[in-house]
Amino acid sequence: MKRAQRPEGYWHIVLRQFRRNRVAIAGLVVVLLLFIIAAFADFIASDKPLVMKYRNQVYFPVLKDYAAWLGVARWETQFQNVSFKDFVASNFDKRDWAQFPPIRYSPNEVSLTSVLRPPSAQHLLGTDDVGRDIASRVVHGSRVSLSVGFVAVSIYVLIGLFIGALAGYYGGIVDMIASRMIEIMLTIPTFFLIITVVAFLPPSILNIMIVIGITNWPTVARLTRGEFLKTKSLEYVVAAKALGASDVRTIFRHILPNTIAPVFVAATFGVASAILIESTLSFLGFGVPPSKASWGSILSNARQLLPSGWWLTLFPGLAIFLTVTSYNIVGEGLRDAADPRLKES
Amino acid sequence: MRIYFVKRLLLMVPTLLGISLVSFLIIHLTPGDPALLKLGDSEQRSGNQLLAAQIIDETRALYGLDQPLYVQYLRWLKRILTFDFGESLRDHRPIIDKLKERIPVSVKLSGISLLFAYLISIPLGVHSATHPYSIGDRVTTIVLFGLYSLPNFWIATMAIVYLGGGDFWNVFPVYGLASPNAGSWPWWQRLEDELWHLILPVTCLTYYTFAVLSRYMRVGMIEIIRQDFIRTARAKGLGERTIVYRHALRNSLIPIVTLMADLLPALLGGSIVVETLFSIPGMGSLSYEAVNTRDYPLLMAIFTLSALLTLLGILLADFLYTLVDPRIGYEKSATA
Repeated sequence: MKRAQRPEGYWHIVLRQFRRNRVAIAGLVVVLLLFIIAAFADFIASDKPLVMKYRNQVYFPVLKDYAAWLGVARWETQFQNVSFKDFVASNFDKRDWAQFPPIRYSPNEVSLTSVLRPPSAQHLLGTDDVGRDIASRVVHGSRVSLSVGFVAVSIYVLIGLFIGALAGYYGGIVDMIASRMIEIMLTIPTFFLIITVVAFLPPSILNIMIVIGITNWPTVARLTRGEFLKTKSLEYVVAAKALGASDVRTIFRHILPNTIAPVFVAATFGVASAILIESTLSFLGFGVPPSKASWGSILSNARQLLPSGWWLTLFPGLAIFLTVTSYNIVGEGLRDAADPRLKES
Repeated sequence: MRIYFVKRLLLMVPTLLGISLVSFLIIHLTPGDPALLKLGDSEQRSGNQLLAAQIIDETRALYGLDQPLYVQYLRWLKRILTFDFGESLRDHRPIIDKLKERIPVSVKLSGISLLFAYLISIPLGVHSATHPYSIGDRVTTIVLFGLYSLPNFWIATMAIVYLGGGDFWNVFPVYGLASPNAGSWPWWQRLEDELWHLILPVTCLTYYTFAVLSRYMRVGMIEIIRQDFIRTARAKGLGERTIVYRHALRNSLIPIVTLMADLLPALLGGSIVVETLFSIPGMGSLSYEAVNTRDYPLLMAIFTLSALLTLLGILLADFLYTLVDPRIGYEKSATA
């Protein structure tokens, strides 16, 4: 028997709509670029050469660093605990060469001879009060922001989906308890809650992710619950149940795929706001440990040097703004694509 | 009307219990184990191990952490209901006295901010919606979108760098809400002085709320304008002005008013950054100090009270809701 051709799926329609939206595509490209920058931060900004030839042998110090970190390789004794820049300057002869990354500084490379330099050819975005290169710190800081956004939102989307699905599907007492919980959590000013919880925990990226994750689930839960309430009495769900599908199968196989679009949209906006929360926390000094480069912590550093040092304030702020805007643009595009009714307006 | 509000007030009780439970759970995150201290945040911040140990002992005694759980919870509930939050670990003043000084400042700041946000966003949203895709609408949409993604601590820092007398201009005062010697001035001068001090913090606090509101206003208005009763009004031959302001505006205000419930918590949260940066003695800066000094009882009091304040704000929004929309009132079951 030949299978009937499947009608165009919901996600296909959404994707097609999304692809037409040029602004949204541009936003997506920027987000992807940021992820690439974060993933290859060590190849963009590092004090180690990417490739070098020394005494007729080719080395890849940046890669080697990863291998050494993983424990699968060891540094050659001549390169152990050595500053490659000094090494190149003192040991290299004519036949040797080294290719450094575009930004030749590590995020935590302190240099007391070049403190608080404004942007120049040597330090593209200037240096901070202990001579760390801001360009390098901004590049490496993207890792914190992007990972916090992604992980925190994943945590709360999972919690929210679970609670919202239960509440919407089963109704009755389950719904009552869940709805009360959602209402209570929505009443509590989230940022106060986060600050309060953070005060009790040692500063670390993981803690920030978890705290943002467990404090922001109610919006997702509320959305999911609403969608489930709408969907659960539709014919196809009733049909699935009549065919004897279990609750778990009905929820995950039949209802969830058709209700997840608004959650996905909310999650995209959520990533933007999680990035804002992380940078605000780091700015106030409650976020990542001060030694870790993050956009918020660079700004926090800048705050102590106010009113001088405009470059310390400007560039990390722009980075946050760019990232958050891109996520918001993508979210907006997704929302328009998922809900054509809104698009007309 | 009265029945509705009695109902609404009664519904606040479970929410209140929930808030007390959440705060109670947070207290149990208190580092009660001295071993935890070695991992080390409190003792680094407060300078020495002895002081940290003292903090833990006092916190333990204050919350009765050696009692069974339900006893602890009932005690905590009693404290909340009687506004007895104990003493600050730092200067041993009763916490409630500290809060009494700080709350009015924050309420004033958020009140002014909310007022401005509504005053500007409603006409702006109406204009955008009645002239969709005009140049004005497009520019507003893009600007609002930008405002939406700007971190307020960045804007505040930039404002201080560029306008607060650093290397650039010196236009606005960036410290506190009054000049140091303002006490002896006549009232109009004091008022002018305070307004001058308020401009930057209120701007930093308002723009996000304002952006959210304007966007909702525009979408809401556009949706309303497309409905049948507006077409009917047009068909009747009513003037455009009457249609927009008497028929459309009233209906599109409803979602905007309910948004207040979402905006208030955000506003209170934003005050932490703004008050701290501009050294304004409100709840926000108090909570910043409380976190920095690990003043747990103070922190818990602020947390609980900010949730209570938000709850009151939501109640106020509900009240306004019934004013804007006469259809909502007695019968509506208040489950929303």
